[in-house]
Parts: sequence; structure tokens; C-alpha cells
Amino acid sequence: MTGSDAATAVPAQATRTPAAPEPVLHGLGVSVRPVDTLAKAQGTFPYAADLWAEGLLWASVLRSPYPHARIVRIDTSEATSMPGVRAVVTHEDVPGDAMHGRRVADRPVFAKDIVRHHGEPIAAVAADHPDTARLAAAAILVEYEVLEPVTDPEKAFAAEPLHPDGNLIRHIPLRFGDPDVIGDVIVEGLYRIGRQDPAPIGAEAGLAVPRPDGGVELYVASTDPHTDRDLAAACFGLEADRVKVVVTGVPGAMGDREDSGIQLPLGLLALKTGCPVKFVATREESFLGHSHRHPTLLRYRHHADAEGRLVKVEAQVLLDAGAYADHSSEALAAAVAFAAGPYVVPHVFVEGWAVRTNNPPSGHVRGEGALQVCAGYEGQMDKLAAKLGLDPAELRMRNVMATGDLLPTGQTVTCPAPVGELLKAVRDADLPPLPVDEEESQWLLPGGPEGAGEPGAVRRGVGYALGMVHMLGAEGTDEVSTATVRIHDGRATVICAAVETGQGFTTLARQIVQDVLGVEDVGVLAADTDQPPSGAAARGRHTWVSGGAVERAAKMVRTQLLQPLAAKFGMSVELLTIADGKITSYDGVLSTTVGEALEGKELWATAQCRPHPTDRLDDTGQGDAFVGLAFCAVRAVVDVDIELGSVRVVEMAVAQDVGRVLNPRQVAARIEAGVTQGVGLALMEDLRAPRGIIKRPNLTGYSLPTALDAPDVRIVKLVEERDVLAPFGAKAVSAVPVVVSPAAVAAAVRAATGRPVSRLPIRPQAAVVKPQS
Amino acid sequence: MSTNAQQTARNVTLPSSLEEAVAALAAAPSAVPVAGGTDLMAAVNSGLLRPAGLVGLGRISEIRGWQYADGHALLGAGLTHARMGRPDFAALIPALAAAARAAGPPQIRNAGTLGGNIATAAPTGDALPVLAALEASVILAGPGGNRELPVSHLLTGMDPLRPGELLAFVRVPLLHAPQTFLKATGRTGPGRALASVAVVLDPARRGVRCAVGAVAPVPLRPLEAERWVAGLIDWDGGRLLAPEACTAFGEYVAGACIPDPVPGPDGAEAVELPPAAVQLRRTVAALARRALGRALA
Repeated sequence: MTGSDAATAVPAQATRTPAAPEPVLHGLGVSVRPVDTLAKAQGTFPYAADLWAEGLLWASVLRSPYPHARIVRIDTSEATSMPGVRAVVTHEDVPGDAMHGRRVADRPVFAKDIVRHHGEPIAAVAADHPDTARLAAAAILVEYEVLEPVTDPEKAFAAEPLHPDGNLIRHIPLRFGDPDVIGDVIVEGLYRIGRQDPAPIGAEAGLAVPRPDGGVELYVASTDPHTDRDLAAACFGLEADRVKVVVTGVPGAMGDREDSGIQLPLGLLALKTGCPVKFVATREESFLGHSHRHPTLLRYRHHADAEGRLVKVEAQVLLDAGAYADHSSEALAAAVAFAAGPYVVPHVFVEGWAVRTNNPPSGHVRGEGALQVCAGYEGQMDKLAAKLGLDPAELRMRNVMATGDLLPTGQTVTCPAPVGELLKAVRDADLPPLPVDEEESQWLLPGGPEGAGEPGAVRRGVGYALGMVHMLGAEGTDEVSTATVRIHDGRATVICAAVETGQGFTTLARQIVQDVLGVEDVGVLAADTDQPPSGAAARGRHTWVSGGAVERAAKMVRTQLLQPLAAKFGMSVELLTIADGKITSYDGVLSTTVGEALEGKELWATAQCRPHPTDRLDDTGQGDAFVGLAFCAVRAVVDVDIELGSVRVVEMAVAQDVGRVLNPRQVAARIEAGVTQGVGLALMEDLRAPRGIIKRPNLTGYSLPTALDAPDVRIVKLVEERDVLAPFGAKAVSAVPVVVSPAAVAAAVRAATGRPVSRLPIRPQAAVVKPQS
Repeated sequence: MSTNAQQTARNVTLPSSLEEAVAALAAAPSAVPVAGGTDLMAAVNSGLLRPAGLVGLGRISEIRGWQYADGHALLGAGLTHARMGRPDFAALIPALAAAARAAGPPQIRNAGTLGGNIATAAPTGDALPVLAALEASVILAGPGGNRELPVSHLLTGMDPLRPGELLAFVRVPLLHAPQTFLKATGRTGPGRALASVAVVLDPARRGVRCAVGAVAPVPLRPLEAERWVAGLIDWDGGRLLAPEACTAFGEYVAGACIPDPVPGPDGAEAVELPPAAVQLRRTVAALARRALGRALA
């Protein structure tokens, strides 16, 4: 990083003089800067909430105040007759399929006879002013017969069905090995994981514009435009080609972003009024509407031999799916398959259930399923280490999985699995220094600056956690992406429907094309549904399949470009290289520029990338369900005030299995973001919904980590063992640090306090050491 | 995005002096005075409050500073937390400065005011236990002139604000002795207090005054514990106190603020304190012990 060093060396007064230009970086493996960072920093980047259309109307959605109620009557007459109100839509105005859902169509666009969660949409209004819309929505009379909500997932089994599909969304009884084996040492534990909200900072918003042909265009910050398009078209009763989803600037996405509760009412209102309709969700609506992380109850029994080698793991996993199925089935598959963690266990028995309740809906928030069980099995490993008198890192080291081992699903781990190497890297990394006794260290006490922390009551703890996630969709999901690369006038354009959510896909696409075609200037077009589908932006999909498609298309263009030259000079294409816009032959005879070689022509190529197919887990939880796995080891160092129970995470040391670093800066940023999200879940993020009602759906009630809560994230090692299946050998990097960090923080608090810490987020009372009396 | 505020802002007056503000309130008794707006506008935006009008206090310069008045400081109600957190103010009333610095993220501290903290009277208001421990009084400007009353009378509702009255000043005694404010939150970043304790020493009257915030709707004063510990302190010497006495003070304060359940009238065994209350009591005990320890250090 000579550029930044040079910049810091310049004295402050001299900053006005133009600094030496930073060397322009391009290609794979270097820190190419995203193109949109300046616009985002300056506030000129257009997000969905910034959209405008001439003559637009404003939408407002009426949501259920109850978690479970029967709708006796809906009277929209007063709202309809209000001046300025242009349309009111309820379940009666849905021309197409009444039910929708990303995996299972079990969710109504608007509640019809029954509401199943607090905040479920009942009606929507379009008016010429946002306040009119809001007031009109409030004026819709809904008569409810309030029903007893089912909010305890354990009671959902025996409760009256909340939905025609029943309360059990999925049950996986995984059987692997011999059920009668018993270990020398047995530890048991019960673990609870709270409800994390993805809390995207940007407002959830959208604009629907009717088309003259009777179709509609939806301008939304979708992360999966084609699925959303199909879903919307089915509900609108239109052919898919008459609905177009255009992806606008996405202000952060930790999972599925805009819940379809925004897109569908918008489209219906636009179709009914014939006018553009805009909607911007308030923070309260965001918390009520979108999907959360599954609250989970885990029960574990680990058997080990006297040396600490795992013999058998028995587990029960209960996911609270909320009112609708959404991604719960897939989350459960991950939870069950990874219930024993990245360890070699000969006998594994897991009962997994995802059940329906009247709690806020759960869905795809990165690392779903894998995160919850990680907190459970790592808690068990700490317990086992304590019982055997072993160092927790040593116990883990004796059990780590490697390439060639079996998952409890019977699938062989064929990808690189450097789990032992990762653990060794974090274990051997230097510990952060202890705070010295001086004024400045006051800031570093638990409780923060101006807090009540007292050095005498602070204990430091070090904890380890290992974890894994699967990459790409599991269980037979068709993962395919299509990309087109075009080269003209010495510059290249990439057309691909992979959504840039901030994860860096556009930067990666530029890097790939720069590498293959040797041109500096690469543009990436915004995604919409006129392009072929690329799938959702999740689980490293776009690095893998979309990146792979871009690479193939670029290579096809390269062949088209070089073929005539190679033929002219009587050599094969392989003997020509392109770099910095110049084409040269191995012997230096040929030297021309890309622009000259094009001769004013335009070259196009389109390619697809589709990884090998996977199977659905069978009725004993067996099957090759995953395309690839990514691993991570985290060592957390925490300071705990053992009297007040306040926790400060001092440092998170991360070693991660990344396959190959395609962009060092982005990889570091993704890991830092993931660790911070994980620390948030470990210490504060829990959207409480007593009796199914979200009491404080705002950012005052729901704490997110601030700069003071965020730990130092130290990346001690990135293991670059290329995954031969993946394009470029690169693995997904975003999800796995989120999965492992909460378990690591819990382990460190355990080490500091000696308390069991079986609940996330860790509440202060769980980190207090009771006085001996 | 919320546009509720625009709707309510139809009737806004921006007086530039206290008299004008009082007159504006008298003219529109249903109008609500607004200073920093950190609590008020949040309530408006979430639809909990729809004031008929607003009287903005931001232009009244006389309540945005402080002055000395015979051994007291007369603090303007419009003093922001950010201003109170500065070193010059901290030299004057250290506990109030500490509470102001702990009152939230910088954006909130830049806007939120002392008067607003009192007017909102949230149980978790950080300035409130400090004012209670300092035995501060508030000066209310009203159509019939000013009146002064102890801040606790206002907070408990013993003597509430009358129509047309405006919180103008807070009178705080200058004690020239150590003061501490400690706050326990669930996190390292800014957060609401789970419990807070203010301890001020009054060497002239040989007194220790303590108030506990966030555990009850108003700050609580453990008067017996204060008297007991004041009697133990060697006021003429180095104000030394044995660590055991500090610990006992903490327990005394915590026991007074979170009392044991009273036995039933028929002499039945009293129910045990729920675990959350036991935990809160431990937190208060630790805070009070530390606060006193730091004040005497």
C-alpha cells in the first residue's frame, strides 16, 4: 500500500497540493476500488427512496396491530372517500394468485380472513400526498376478533393449525451412525438464540410505474429481481414479460431486502390507478415487515472418549419460522447438516424442526441455520473441554475436520477444509496487550467512556470458535447465472442481472474483464429482469456463478478478438497475451492495441455458469446437499466487568478459508462487517416480541453496534487453498464470519466469568459472577 | 421518512426572550415548548404526540448559558448536554458534566438540553439523579412571574408545571467538592441506563448525598444510607473511608432503593425477590460503592 503510506507522509498543510496519483490497480487479486464509493460518500448515489416520477402517488400500508386475529370485516369506504385518495386495495383486489412466497406460496398479499403476525399487511392506499395516504390507511375500518397467539415454538406442535399448511414447516430426523454408542464423557446443554434483525440502514422503498401495455415496472432494491418479478406477475395475474423489475441502488442487504409486502401493494396500486406510485417504509414498518433471523432453541448431548475425541453428537434444533415458511426449510437443512460443526463425529443424531408461530416472520439473514447451531456446538465444546480439563483450543484441534471427511449428511467434504490450519493460526496469534493503568485506558473499560467500569472488577477472557457455512443454494436449487461481455472502442461492458448489494460484484466483474481482455475501462450495467436471471445475491453466489459466467463470456470475446490475429501470424491464440490494452505475441513479433485489433468492430459473447447439481436431504437427513463449504476460526478476547456484567470485545482474531483473495480490500471489509454483525448478535441485537408484538420497532429499542461497540478485527490469516470447483478457486467470504463470531464471544465470556453463557445475546446478568456467600 | 412533523408545525412561534416565550405560551396554551426536540420530535414522528403548536426555545439566548448567583450556579434550561460536558463546566459541577457526557451519542448531546431532560422526566434521564443528589431547584417562568421549587417536586408531580409555565433555569449549589455519576448500560456504546448513581460530597455541611436513577420512575434518595456514611467519614482529615464501609454503603443504598418484599399481613413468608430485581440490586450496590469510592479517592 505504497499509495496510502505516501499520503500519510504528506504534512497536513501540504494536502492542497496534488498528491502523487495512486497507481491505478486493475485485474484480479488487487484492491480495485469500487466505482460507486465516491458517490455514496457524497450522498449523490441514487437509492430507491430517491426515485421520482412525474405525477406520482404515495402509498401507505395498513398493518395488523395483532399477532393473531380473525378479520370480521374490512370497511374501506371512509378511506376511499377521503379527498386525495386515489385507490384502496385489499385482498379482494388481487387479480392473480392470492398466495405467494419465495420458497412456498403460503403468504397472502393482504390478509384475508386471518392475520398471523404483528404487522401483516391488510390493505394499501395510494394518495396524492404521503400524509393523506397514511391518514387514509388509518381510516380503514377493520373489525378483528382477537385470537390467542402461539408464540412459543415448543407449543406450536400441539397448537391448533395457524395455517392450512399446518404448523410444522419441516422436520428433518438426521441419522448417521450407530445410535447405541455411548462415550466416556457426556455433556449436555440447552441454548437459545434471539431474533436478529437485518436492520438495513437505507430506507426500504420502491416505485411502481404502469406501462402502456397494461404491465408494470417495479423500481426496487431487490436482491433477486427475477424471483421477485415472477412472484409479482403471478399475484398481478400478468404474464412474466409484462412485469419488469429494475434494481435501484441497494442500501445494504444482509438477506432478502425489500419484503414482498412492499413490491406487491405498490404494483397493485399502480395498476389500479394508472399512475406511478412510490412507497418509503418507515423504520417501524421495516422492523415489522421484513424477515428476521430465526430464533432458535437447541438441545445438545455430546459424547467423547477420555482423550476428548468426539464419539457421538445428539441434538434437537427448533427454528421459530414465524407465520410463514419463507426460507425456513433451507435454514433447517443447514442447521441440521452443520449441527455437529466442522468436526469429525462418527455418530450424529439430530432432530430438526421448523415450526410456524405468530411471531414476526423469519427468513434469509446471512448464515441462517449455520449460525444458530454454531453457538450451540461451540458451547458444547467448551463444556467438554472443562469437563476433561483440556484447553478449549486443544480439544477442538483433536476433532477438526479435513478434506475427505464426511459430513453427518453422508456427503464427503471434497473442497479444501483447512480447519486445523485456521484454528492454529488464531491460537498462535499474539494476544492483544492488557490495558495499562493510565487515564487513556478508562476509555477501554467495559461500559465505555464515562461508563462505570472499574479495573479491579474486570476479567479478561479468551474464547475460540470454529464454524462453517455452505455456499450457493442447497438441496437441488438450480444455481445458474448468465452474463454478457461486449467489447467496443477499446472498452468493455458487462451485462449481468447479478445485483450489486455492496458486496462488490460490479468491482469483481470489472476485475475479471480487465484480467481476461486487458482493457482498463470496464462498465457494468445495472441489473433488471430484461437480462437473463442470475439468482439472489446471497451465499457467495455472484462471486461463484455470476463471476464464473463473466469470466467465460470474457474468454469467448478474447478468442473472437485474437483468432483473426493468430491466424494471420500463423500461431495459436494461446501464444498471444493481452495486457494494458496491448496485444503481444510470445516472441514480440506482434504488438498491437486492442482498439486496432477490433478494427471498429464490436464483439459480444454470452455465457452461463452452473455448478454441479445437489440433492435434497432424504428422510434420514442424508444426501449431497451442498455445492461447497467455507470455514472460519475466530478467537475472541473480551473484557467483562464481573459485577455489572458489561462486556467489551477487545479483539476478534479471524482466520478464514477464502479459497483465493480476489480483492484484498473487499475481503477485509466483508470480514470486518461480518464480525461486527456477529458481535452485535452476541451482545445486543434481539428484536423482542413478547406475546407476538414487537414493542419497540425502532433503532432506539433495537441496539446496533456503534463504533464504540465494534471490536478491533484482526485478520490473522487468509488461507488461500483454491477450491477447484469454484471459478477462480474463490470461496464466499461474507457469511462465515457472522456465523462464528457470536459463538466466539460467548466462549470468551465463558472463559472470563466461568458462567455457562447459553443464551445469545448475552445479557449482563449472564456475565455477572455472583459473590461467594 | 416522516412527514408528520410538517403537519404539526403549522403553528410555530420562535420567541427571542423568555417574556415573549411566556406570552406565546399564554396565547396558545395547547402549544408545546420545544428545545432540542430529541424526545419530543421522536414522539411526534412516531405519532404518539400531535401538538397543536410549537414554541421553539432555540433563540432565547438567556437560557442557553449559565451564571453565578450567591454560591449557586443558575443554569439555563437550554444548556445542551454537549456544552455541559465541556471541561469548564465539569470543573464547576462534575457530576452533571459526567451525566451529560454519558447522555447519548454526540448527535443527541449536541441537541438535547438540560431543561428537556427534566421536562421529559424519563426514568432513565441521566441528569435527573444528579439534580436530585445536588438538591437542585427549578425556576419556572410563568404569566404571573417566576417561582422556584425543588426539582424533585416537579419530577414526582407534587407540584407540576402550571398552564403557560416554562422551565427557565435550574439552580444548582456549588459545593467545591468531588462528585461522581456512574451509569450501567448493557453495552459499550451509548445506551439507556439500566441503573445510574450520583454521589456528591458536601464538605461544608459534612454531608454525602446520593441519588439512584433508572430503577424507579423518579430518582430515589437513600437518606438513611447517606446519613450513616456521612457519619463515618473523617471530614477534617483525608476524607478516608474503609473499603468495607464503601461496600456496606453500596448494599445499604441498593437495599433502600430495591427493598425486600414486605411479609404478608398474616405473617406469611414474604415472596423472594425475583432474579431480575436481585441482579438490579447488585448493579446498584456496585455502582454506589464505586461512585462513593471515586468521590472519596
